[in-house]
Amino acid sequence: MVLGVDASAALAPPSRGGRNLHRFANPGRFLRLTGRVLPWLAGCSLVATAIGVVWGLCFSPPDWQQGDSVRIMYLHVPAALLAYIGYGSLALCSVASLVWRHPLADLAAVEIGPVGAGATFLCLATGSLWGKPMWGAWWVWDARLTSVLVLFFLYLGHVALVRAFDDPQRGYRAGAILALVGVVDLPVIKYSVDWWNTLHQSSSITLTGAPTMYVGILYPLIPCTLGLVAGFVAIVLARTRAAVMERRIRGLLQARARDEAAAA
Amino acid sequence: MTHLPYIIAAYGIGAILAAGFAVDAWLRMGRARRRLAAIDPRGMRG
Repeated sequence: MVLGVDASAALAPPSRGGRNLHRFANPGRFLRLTGRVLPWLAGCSLVATAIGVVWGLCFSPPDWQQGDSVRIMYLHVPAALLAYIGYGSLALCSVASLVWRHPLADLAAVEIGPVGAGATFLCLATGSLWGKPMWGAWWVWDARLTSVLVLFFLYLGHVALVRAFDDPQRGYRAGAILALVGVVDLPVIKYSVDWWNTLHQSSSITLTGAPTMYVGILYPLIPCTLGLVAGFVAIVLARTRAAVMERRIRGLLQARARDEAAAA
Repeated sequence: MTHLPYIIAAYGIGAILAAGFAVDAWLRMGRARRRLAAIDPRGMRG
């Protein structure tokens, strides 16, 4: 019976290595888990972002040098972080895809690509909108800006490549290889301000030292960053959830067509 | 407020991008859920 076909069989992982990973990323389990988590994640994202944006726009002080244009930072910094960790997660999915042939990793990588490209575009656009009044130029071929532009093209390349093949599996493999090759850009972005003399300022917030910005400006950045990271994760999960269901639908329709052909 | 047009443009782009991705994901999820429910109601249980 066609409707009795277990659609997740179409997504069944291979029997070799990484069994534990597969067990925790079973598509059915993923749908159940994300169904529960997604509304909370989206709600937290909306609340945190709203608090951060209102705080940053209305209640934080202007910078003594930059004036009010410092408020663009409340969007620019989280966008830069999302571009960065988005590509990191794309690379992790690519490892899971190439090493364990992980079915969910393939779908997640496909869905991270456009959202990561959006975050990188936002980072570049807000940086440009900050640069014009501060530097007097929309764009300079500075090492930090150029390496982030390369990241944007890597995202676009991944988006195009995974959709360029008739056989989706070949697209996933090619995209995974491109994503892994592109990882080399991440340390270049991170250390570009240290390795070269750049117009872009060096990091104001580091894991090892105290922040070099005034706390009244720093604090609103925290809810903005948390809210936008939660929003990014929620959007990627929602898109991956939709992709899992769409793949299930394709599997069921193909099984139905096969049964009908066999019966005819 | 200084540099107001730049600030408005930055937050405008941010809002359009975020809303665009969120609405697209939400609509796509709803469409897939309805199609899956029509083809295989059992599939909706995961």
